[in-house]
Amino acid sequence: MQNVLQIVWLVPFFPLIGFLIVGLFRKQLSKTLTAIIGCGMVLLPFLLSIWIFILVKNGGGYVADYFNFISAGSLKVSFALQVDALSALFLLIVTGVSFIIHVYSTTYMKEETKEHYGRFFSYMNLFVFSMILLVMGANFIIMFIGWEGVGLCSYLLIGYWFKNKEYNKAADKAFIFNRIGDLGFLIALFWIISKAGSVSFEDVFSKTSVFSSSDITIITLLLFVGATGKSAQIPLYTWLPDAMAGPTPVSALIHAATMVTAGVYMIARSNALYSLAPVTENIIAIVGLATAILAATIALKQNDIKKVLAYSTVSQLGYMFLALGVGAYSTGVFHVMTHAFFKALLFLAAGSVIHAMGGEQDIRKMGGLKGKMKITYLTFLFGCIAISGIPPFSGFFSKDAILLAAFEHNKILYAIALFGALLTAFYMFRLLFLAFNGSFRGTEEQQHHLHESPAGMTIPLIILAILAFAGGFVGIPEILMKGGDKLTEFLSPVIPVHSVELVSHSTEMMLMVISTVLVLLVIVFAWYRFRKYHSVEEKGIGKFLENKWYVDELYEKVIANPVNRFAAFLNKFIEKSLIDGIVNGVGRLVNYGSRQVRLLQSGQVGNYVLLMVLSMLLIFVIQFFLRK
Amino acid sequence: MPINYYIFLSLALFAIGIVGVLIRRNAIIVFMCIEIMLNAANLLLVAFSKMHHLQQAATQASAGTDGQIFVFFIMVVAAAEVSVGLAIIVMMFRNVHSIDINFLNRLKH
Amino acid sequence: MSITQILFWFLSVLALFSALMVITSKNPVYSVLWLILVFFAISGHYLLLNAQFLAIVNIIVYAGAIMVLFLFVIMLMNLNKSNEPQKNKWLKLAAALAGGCLLLVLVAALKNAETKSAIAESGTGDIGLIGNLGKALFNDYVVPFEISSILFLSAMVGAVVLGKKEASSHPSGEEA
Repeated sequence: MQNVLQIVWLVPFFPLIGFLIVGLFRKQLSKTLTAIIGCGMVLLPFLLSIWIFILVKNGGGYVADYFNFISAGSLKVSFALQVDALSALFLLIVTGVSFIIHVYSTTYMKEETKEHYGRFFSYMNLFVFSMILLVMGANFIIMFIGWEGVGLCSYLLIGYWFKNKEYNKAADKAFIFNRIGDLGFLIALFWIISKAGSVSFEDVFSKTSVFSSSDITIITLLLFVGATGKSAQIPLYTWLPDAMAGPTPVSALIHAATMVTAGVYMIARSNALYSLAPVTENIIAIVGLATAILAATIALKQNDIKKVLAYSTVSQLGYMFLALGVGAYSTGVFHVMTHAFFKALLFLAAGSVIHAMGGEQDIRKMGGLKGKMKITYLTFLFGCIAISGIPPFSGFFSKDAILLAAFEHNKILYAIALFGALLTAFYMFRLLFLAFNGSFRGTEEQQHHLHESPAGMTIPLIILAILAFAGGFVGIPEILMKGGDKLTEFLSPVIPVHSVELVSHSTEMMLMVISTVLVLLVIVFAWYRFRKYHSVEEKGIGKFLENKWYVDELYEKVIANPVNRFAAFLNKFIEKSLIDGIVNGVGRLVNYGSRQVRLLQSGQVGNYVLLMVLSMLLIFVIQFFLRK
Repeated sequence: MPINYYIFLSLALFAIGIVGVLIRRNAIIVFMCIEIMLNAANLLLVAFSKMHHLQQAATQASAGTDGQIFVFFIMVVAAAEVSVGLAIIVMMFRNVHSIDINFLNRLKH
Repeated sequence: MSITQILFWFLSVLALFSALMVITSKNPVYSVLWLILVFFAISGHYLLLNAQFLAIVNIIVYAGAIMVLFLFVIMLMNLNKSNEPQKNKWLKLAAALAGGCLLLVLVAALKNAETKSAIAESGTGDIGLIGNLGKALFNDYVVPFEISSILFLSAMVGAVVLGKKEASSHPSGEEA
C-alpha cells in the first residue's frame, strides 16, 4: 500500500497543471478546450480520491514524505502529504463537489469572453489545488500553504468581475478578514514549533505532553482564531456574505466544497489538541452557536437570494463549530459533508434562477418560477428539505447528530440550537416560497425571458440533489439502524470515538421526533405566511435584522474608521512631510551639491593647480600633524 | 652649515615656485616657476648627498654619489621637458595668438 | 663667521630674491634674466657642497641652453611687452596664501630634523668630481643613462612634430 500511495502527489498535481495550462494559454485555448482541461483536471483527482478512499477504508493511513522543504537549525519541515481517513473523506468531498461545480460552470460562464473564461477556470483549478494541499498536508506548514492558497483564490474569484468597484471591495474585505485569522494561525504555528520543535501532525499529536495546559489552551485558541477567519465565525464572518460578489459557481465552491470547511477540517484534524483544552472547546461551542443564531436571524430578512444562502452557510458553519466544540468531531465532519452537498445544490440552483432571471437576485422580484423551471424548483426543494432537517434527507442525520451532541453536553445549548434549526427551516422555506410560488413580480421582459437552464446546469443539480437526499445514509444513528453510523467508524483512526452513551435511547428518539415535528410546523407556518407575497416596509426588529444587526456599520465605526484616520494621519504627516521630505531632501541636496561642485570643473588650468596645492597642503597637514 | 638651512632654503624656493605658478597667467613664466621648483629639489638632493657622504665616508668612499647622479638625471628630464613644453607654447601661440593659460580651458569638455 | 658661511648667506639671499623677482617681473625677458641669476646662485651652492661637476652642468644646461631657449621663444613671439592679463586679485591672494601655508607647514614639519653641523665645507669629499661621477654613471647607471638618451630623442621628435606648421586640413592645433 505504501508504494502505491507514493503517487498521491498526483492529486494536487493535476489541478496545479490545469491552473498553469489554462492560466498561461487562456488567450490561445478555445473555450471548449478550456472547459475540458478545467474539468478534467478536477475529475482525475476525484477518481484518484475514490481509489485512495477505498485503500484507506481497507486499513490505515499513510504519510508520503517527498522532500525536505524547510531546514533551519533543528527544525526540519518536509514536504509531505498525508492520506488517512479524514483527509480521504475531505478529498472526496472537495474534488467531487468541485468537479460538479466545474461542470456547472462550463455552462454558467459561457457568455464570458475566451480570455476571462480561461482566467475563471485557472482560478478555480488553483482553488481546488490549494484546498487539496490543505487537506492532504502532513504538517501544519503544508496545511498553511493551502490555507493561504484558498485565501488568495477566494480573493481572486470574488473579485473576478474586477471592473466593479464594489466587487473589488468585497474581495479586499474577504482577504483582509482572512488575513486576521491567518495571523492567529501563524502565531499558533510558531508556538507549536517553539514548544514541540516539529510541525508534523504525527509528532505534535503524539507528543501532547510537551505542552503545558496553558500552552494548549493558547495554541488551540489561536488556531480557532484562524478558523473563525476562514470559516466565517463571529467576529470575522462578515466577509462571507459579501463574497457573493463573485460568480455563483464561485460562491458554491467557497461555501460548499472549499475554503469555509478549512477551519472545520483544521480543528477536526487537531482534535488531539482540542480535546485537551476544555476552555477552548467551550468557547468554540458558544461562538459557533452564537454565529448560528445570529446568521439565522439575519437570513430571515434578507431579500437577495444569494445573501440568504450566504447567511445560511454562516449559520450552518456555526453548527459545525458547535459540534466541534462539544467534542463531536466526527459529527462536525459529517455535517461538513452533507452541507457540502445541499449547499452546493442550493447555490447552483440559485445560480440557475439568476441565470433565468437575467442577473436579477432580489427575491421580491421573483415568484412563480415553479412552472417555468421544474427541475430547478425540485432540486431547490430537495436542498431546502435537506437543510431544514426533515428525515430521511441528509441534513436530518447530521443536524440531529449535532443537536444530540449538544444535548449530551448541555441542555441550554440544545434548546438554542434547536431554535436555530427552526429558524433555518423558516428562512429557507421563505426563500423557496417567495422565489418559486405565488405570481411573478419581475418585469415583462424578464418574464418573457424565463426558461429552464440548459442540461449542462441541470444535470449537476440533479446529481447534487441525489447526494443531498442520500448523503446522510452513511451516518444513520445507532438507534435507527444497527451499525448505521459508518462515517464515525470510518473516521475512528483519526478521531477517537467516545462511546459513552449519556442519553438513553428513548430520549434520543424523542428528541428526533420533537425536532422533526417542530420543523414541519415551522414550514407550514412559512407556507401560510409567504404563499402570497405582500411588500411591507420593515421596521423595528425587522429593520434591525435586515441591516444585519448593523455589524458592518459597527466594524466600520469601531475599527475601520480609526484605522483609516490613523492611516490618513501617517500619510499626511509621516509619509508626506517626514519620509518624502527626507527622500526629496537628499535628492535636492545631491542635486544642489553637484551643481556647486560642477563649478570646480572650470577647465582653467590655474584653478586645477590651486586645488592641487591645497590638496597637497591637506595631505601634509594630515601626514605630519594629525596622524599621531 | 647645518642641513636644516638647506632644507629651509629649498622649501622657500619651492614655495616661491608654487606661488608663481598660481599667480601668473603667462605660460612661459609658469614654466620658469616649474624650473625653480626643480632646482629647489636639486639643491636639496645635493645637500643630502653631501650629508650622507660625510656620515658614511669612513666606511664607503663613494657614499653620496647616487644623489648627485639623480640631480644629473633630473636635469636631463628638465631639458627634455622644456623642449617639448616650449614647442607646445609656440604652437599654442600660433593658434590662439596668446600664451595665457586661461585659454587652455578645453579640459572642461 | 667663516668665508663659507658668508658665501652661504649671500648666495641664499641672492637665490630667494632673484626667484621672487622672477615671479613678480612684468616683462618675461626680465623674468628670464632673473632666473639665470637664480641658477647661478644655486650653482654657487653646489660648489659650496663640493659638487663641482653639477655646478658646471647647471650653468651650461640651464643657464646656457634652456634659458637661451626661453629667450628665443619670447623674442620670437615678441612677448616682451607686458601685456599679460592679470588674474583676479582675490585669486592671487588665495594663491599666495596657499603657497605660504605650504611653506609654513613644511617648515613646521621639518624644523626638528637632525642637525649636522658644517656640511657645507669646501675641500671635504671628492665625489662631486667628474671622474668619480663618471665612474658611477657608466658603471651603475649605464642603463638609465642610455634610456635618458631615448628620452631626449623622443623629446626632440615631439618638439619637431609640434613645431611643424599644421596642414590646412587640420585647423585645430591645440589637440596635437
